[in-house]
Amino acid sequence: MRAGTVQVSENAPALELRNLDVVYTVRGKDRQVLHDVSLTIERGHSYGLVGESGCGKSTAALAIIRYLPRNGSVTSGEILIGARNVVDLSGAELRKLRAEEVGIVYQNPGAALNPGIRVGRQVAEVFTVRGVDKKEASGRALEVLRTVQIADPDSVMERYPHQLSGGMQQRVVIAMALAKDPALLILDEPTTGLDATVEAEVLDLIAKLQSEFQTAVLFISHNLGVIAKMCERVGVLYAGRLVEEGDAETVLRDPRHPYTVGLIRCIPRGGVRKDHGRLDTIPGFLPNLGDDRPGCIFTDRCALAQPVCETDDPPPYEVGSCHTSRCHFHERAIDLPRREAADLELPVVDRRVDPLVRFDELGKVFQQRGHSVHALENVSAAIWPGETLGLVGESGSGKTTLARTLLGLVPPTTGIVEFDGRTLAPRLSNRTREDIRALQIVFQNPDSALNRRHTVRRILRRALKKLARITGAAAETRMNDLMHSVRLAERYVSARPAQLSGGLKQRVAIARAFAGEPRLVVCDEPTSALDVSVQAAILNLLVELQAERGVSYLFISHDLGVVRYLSDRIAVLYLGRLQELGPADVVFDGPHHPYTEALLSAVPTIEGGGRERIRLAGEIPSAANPPSGCVFHTRCPRKLGEVCEQEEPPLVEVEPGHFMRCHIPIEELRRLQQERKDAVPA
Amino acid sequence: MSTALPTPAQPSEVRIARRETLRLLLRSKTFLVGAFIVLFWIFWALFHSGLTPYDPLDQTPDILARPSTTYWFGTDSLGRDVFSRVLAGATSVLEIAPLAMLIGVVGGAIFGLITGYFRGLVDESISRLVDAVLALPLIVIAVTAIVALGTSTATLIIVIGVVFIPIVTRTVRAAVLAERELDYVQAAKLRGERSAYIMFVEILPNVMGPILVEATVRLGYAIFAVAGLTFLGFGVQPPSPDWSLQISQNYTLLAGGSYWWTVLFPAMAIASLVVGVNLIADGLTQVLDR
Repeated sequence: MRAGTVQVSENAPALELRNLDVVYTVRGKDRQVLHDVSLTIERGHSYGLVGESGCGKSTAALAIIRYLPRNGSVTSGEILIGARNVVDLSGAELRKLRAEEVGIVYQNPGAALNPGIRVGRQVAEVFTVRGVDKKEASGRALEVLRTVQIADPDSVMERYPHQLSGGMQQRVVIAMALAKDPALLILDEPTTGLDATVEAEVLDLIAKLQSEFQTAVLFISHNLGVIAKMCERVGVLYAGRLVEEGDAETVLRDPRHPYTVGLIRCIPRGGVRKDHGRLDTIPGFLPNLGDDRPGCIFTDRCALAQPVCETDDPPPYEVGSCHTSRCHFHERAIDLPRREAADLELPVVDRRVDPLVRFDELGKVFQQRGHSVHALENVSAAIWPGETLGLVGESGSGKTTLARTLLGLVPPTTGIVEFDGRTLAPRLSNRTREDIRALQIVFQNPDSALNRRHTVRRILRRALKKLARITGAAAETRMNDLMHSVRLAERYVSARPAQLSGGLKQRVAIARAFAGEPRLVVCDEPTSALDVSVQAAILNLLVELQAERGVSYLFISHDLGVVRYLSDRIAVLYLGRLQELGPADVVFDGPHHPYTEALLSAVPTIEGGGRERIRLAGEIPSAANPPSGCVFHTRCPRKLGEVCEQEEPPLVEVEPGHFMRCHIPIEELRRLQQERKDAVPA
Repeated sequence: MSTALPTPAQPSEVRIARRETLRLLLRSKTFLVGAFIVLFWIFWALFHSGLTPYDPLDQTPDILARPSTTYWFGTDSLGRDVFSRVLAGATSVLEIAPLAMLIGVVGGAIFGLITGYFRGLVDESISRLVDAVLALPLIVIAVTAIVALGTSTATLIIVIGVVFIPIVTRTVRAAVLAERELDYVQAAKLRGERSAYIMFVEILPNVMGPILVEATVRLGYAIFAVAGLTFLGFGVQPPSPDWSLQISQNYTLLAGGSYWWTVLFPAMAIASLVVGVNLIADGLTQVLDR
């Protein structure tokens, strides 16, 4: 098909990729990143592209608008948007295509907006670039901001991007993408950086606008739950090949490629807990960029692989109606052997003994430009030896501040932290070596947590020297033990962080934290920067280390499935106040605090459907000026009335070991929440 | 647990990365041209004796001769061969400027690390001092200091170096501010490291890029400073064939456009050296900021 000769037909799909090959030239060598990718998105439909990082998802998105980096090029295949081949477009046509027909939303809205231009002018630019005069453009900008349901659009027009929250910024970007009424909208991980409650709202918005505008959507995400919620069709990308494609519901319910099966299995969900057994992982690693083996690209990680897989590249087999799988043994994919080992002996938590750590009426006030920000208010909780306390809440709820007071990185304003029955010095510099050794942390981002100029050996040896006082030959032995216990091969000792994958880096960080035999390790979102299969392996490792060493964890995560898997008890924070605290199952299964209920219902699951979501109105209020009474009353869907606005409910033990801060009696909550569950259509 | 481990990172990968940086540098025309010019002058500074057509200090009977095949760049008012003097004139600049730069960069790196790492009162007081120093023209500070301390090569090196410290401090401080927010700094604190260890072992290697670039930029300015001070009579003393000394001794002869060669050639030499150093700085920036 040649450009220009084909009439743009109304029935042509919004996007069609035909046998697309994309190559990056790296150091003079061609490395193929997309192999023979074909997919079709009909008008008004949504298509989800999933896969782990490095599989080529974003490359596909960039290729579609011909925005590949300079060393990337489409070597063969066609990209048809409205029946025109994007590959053949001239510069001017391409600009027109980008300006009028394709809208794109990237992961980080902060980077997508120009920090120096007011929001109103930026949105209006979408119109002025197409020749609309300034005044009208500004009017239409206001209109699109209304469409994306931004609160107070008039004032948002006058603000700069940094004055908006992440969720609002993403709404602005979506407004800009939709303003041109595009035929195709590409969403590249649009909600990955957002809180679950905000994510839920943004996803709702996208779904609503999509049906309103009849836009075709290419939705790129690593989150299968989000794809299940948003998309009709799904394509699973692995090492640049579309290994499985089909109806989203069918693929997720009845996956026919071992990679898809593995991907679905390694997500902790459906109430799985660490004492139920370990998570499945996908063994091995993504092949190097441009790996051109003759057979199936997944062979070396596939438990079903047969000799034929080594030699013959599987074609896309039809395995159902509009459902294809590039696997020779697609009928058996679902029988992929599980990789879990024998169950572990987890430490028994005895809560009759004294707790290891006790937070006593902890408060922290930050001074910010004359305002007092109450990051923590009256938080009391305890962690027993060998126990995991999960800490959940939206960003800004004080999770990290609580962890930092425990570690001594910020001194609390009021209250104390007790450790082993002694009061800990508030500042790290006043703590004994023993206390420093006993409390360690695994950070969220392993790139930032490891010094990029130091080798693995140097990082671990230094930790052993400072925390365990081991030097010389003994240190070398201990370092090897340590690497062995985090399943890090010895050949990495002289590697620097840049040479390691994300999962390996996190293993080094975990090894460092365990160098001095800590009693408690703070895990601050340790897997949120990792792919799901890597996440499963890291979670397994944390459980194994707990079983071996009886260490306690303070586990912070916004991923409730992960928290549930690892935690014995859960603490829910909102605006620095403890809202609920109790055994993990009780907090998850309810009756729970209305805030916990909303958090739980916001999470998109693979199973999809299920309960009707609870919308939380608006954004989390500012901690500098928290609402009166119960801090959650401004967003609470179960607000009783004036009592919530005037009186802060006390934290009450509603059931043995289950604490809650709510005016609604527990029996009433139980009844209301049961009603909601029952109301779900079958 | 996963049995299959990833393909090993090649042990030589660090070396490959380093070689890649070098390769990119050697492919950068900016860097190569700069390096060629600077190496050219370094060569002549080191080996000029015996290689120049005349002795740079020898007075010939031909006074103020025009450029010719005998005297390519002409002769000056004492009959000395300008071409030979230009070739030999880099010696004192290339002795003073790098040492001054070194003082400025080392001092600036230390103060930058301290102010950036500690913030607070230390930062406030040092930074205000830096601002105060930066508000005064470099030449004014330098002239005052040299008058007070007396003219000598050592004074010149120290004065220029010290004047550079606040400027380098600023650059390094900015880089350290970004670096100290990274979690590895907290991880170091959480194993009880001292501040000095965190600053010099953890942070310093990560801010070497900006420091290296700043060093080349400072070298350019140091050459400027030496030239300026020498021209004003506070720097290199006669009878050295130093370029700016030549200019200051001969610029009065420019009146009416006569004897231009006595000034033009040394001026071009200074310019070429500064341009060369700056080209190296640009090349480094491009490669290191990649």
